[in-house]
Amino acid sequence: MRNFWSVAFAVAWRVLHNVLTTPSLLVPGLIFPLFFFTAFAGGLSRVDNIPGFDFPNGYTAFQFVFVLLQSAAFGGVFTGFGVARDFEYGFARRLLLGAPRRSGIVLGYALAATGRWLLTATILTIVALAVGMEVGGNGINLVALYTLALFVNLAGAFWASGVAMRLRTVQAGPVMQLPVFLALFFAPVYVPLSLLEGWLHAVASVNPTTFLLEGGRSLISGSTEHVSAGFLVAIALACVLSVWSWRGLKSAERAGV
Amino acid sequence: MSALAQVGQVARRSILRTARQPANIIFPFVFPTALLAVTSAGLHSATRIPGFPSDSFLAFFLAFPFIQGALFATMNAGTDLARDIQSGFLNRLALTPLHGGALIVGQLGGIAVLAFVQNCYYLTVGLIVGVRLESGIVGGIVLIILATGVAIAFGALGAFFALRTGSGEAVQGLFPLLFVGLFLSSMNLPRNLIEADWFRTVATLNPISYLIEGLGSLIILGWDVEALALAFGFAAILAAGSLAAATWALSMRLTRT
Repeated sequence: MRNFWSVAFAVAWRVLHNVLTTPSLLVPGLIFPLFFFTAFAGGLSRVDNIPGFDFPNGYTAFQFVFVLLQSAAFGGVFTGFGVARDFEYGFARRLLLGAPRRSGIVLGYALAATGRWLLTATILTIVALAVGMEVGGNGINLVALYTLALFVNLAGAFWASGVAMRLRTVQAGPVMQLPVFLALFFAPVYVPLSLLEGWLHAVASVNPTTFLLEGGRSLISGSTEHVSAGFLVAIALACVLSVWSWRGLKSAERAGV
Repeated sequence: MSALAQVGQVARRSILRTARQPANIIFPFVFPTALLAVTSAGLHSATRIPGFPSDSFLAFFLAFPFIQGALFATMNAGTDLARDIQSGFLNRLALTPLHGGALIVGQLGGIAVLAFVQNCYYLTVGLIVGVRLESGIVGGIVLIILATGVAIAFGALGAFFALRTGSGEAVQGLFPLLFVGLFLSSMNLPRNLIEADWFRTVATLNPISYLIEGLGSLIILGWDVEALALAFGFAAILAAGSLAAATWALSMRLTRT
């Protein structure tokens, strides 16, 4: 077990060190959520005047939850890019040879994704509060909101690392990004589910991301509605995708990387 | 070889090179259309905001893919030119009688062809899903001309960055910046309906707002002379400025022996 954790921490430290010391890796992950938050919360704030829009804490808080979950998911996906790079440039081969417990590699990448996302989430939260976001939930609600996002982050990291370990090329980037992007945007991003119409309402009604968003928005407004469904989806996604990632590692081992 | 023939040769090479890279073709067609579908469905209820200029958010938002497609043109033009610099092709060209201006204009000719095809595609998609142009068939032609002009202007900007930096990665790094410019415009709501004062100010100062509004006016308003004059004016200024900058950057880079 000690070997498992030492491998995990070593991989996580290396990835975090790379990200924090390379602006081209660090900056996009920090900038994009802020820019989405600015564009959506700022540019679309009039949307809360639409008849039927009944979110109690205003449009900034409504969009903050989406951007927080989006940053969590993409924080995981960006880490997957690093995994693919490690495989493409041969580092992963040495890593697999040197690691006494290889399953620790998967956890290490996931821990790095979490560390990276925590930095983004901190900056995003400071900016949101600075521009006057109303928070209706108490401390417990907020801890629960960030925990929910943490599971999303782990799910994103497990998904992307699973793809990276199977395809083992940086060119797999779109395969990692596109499903996450679609899952996020085929949900009630701009308005609550009740205000969506047509095909998007039908898709969003069965999209698991909708439960995450609704759970997160309930938490920030101090409600408990949809929260258990949100956590159920987040935990299930993280668990299923951890198996996906672990099997990706086995696939890389079989390929003799 | 006459200057025109030189331009033709470079344009032909630019078109063929784009056609041989599926990613350069697929992304400009798929991504803007996907965002059009998701955003127009997600924000359909925004048409209920008093003063919204159309009863179809799809029609309002149809201007967006034209501009996003133009941003892809920037990336394609810049990245291809940067590759020519990195591979030494530009240095070899410098030994030939090719006129520097022919290189830039020819490169932009290739971009113009791709942009024209893209714009016809976006308009066709819009018409198929039920958008009716308030400015009629002639308006559709003007729309294509304006959107292609915008793509050429952005293409020249991409060429300038490529010639200045000589790096494909640096040109790719420009994309998020332009994307931010797009999102901080009046793409989601008309400026008079943007509630946040600071966002409305940024959108008013942002030239991309006027490009979008000019294109959008042909779709949802009919013949709005002021919107069209501003759009054509800003496109012309951007094109002239970028072309002048690209020509200067080329003269700095080309060392004829």
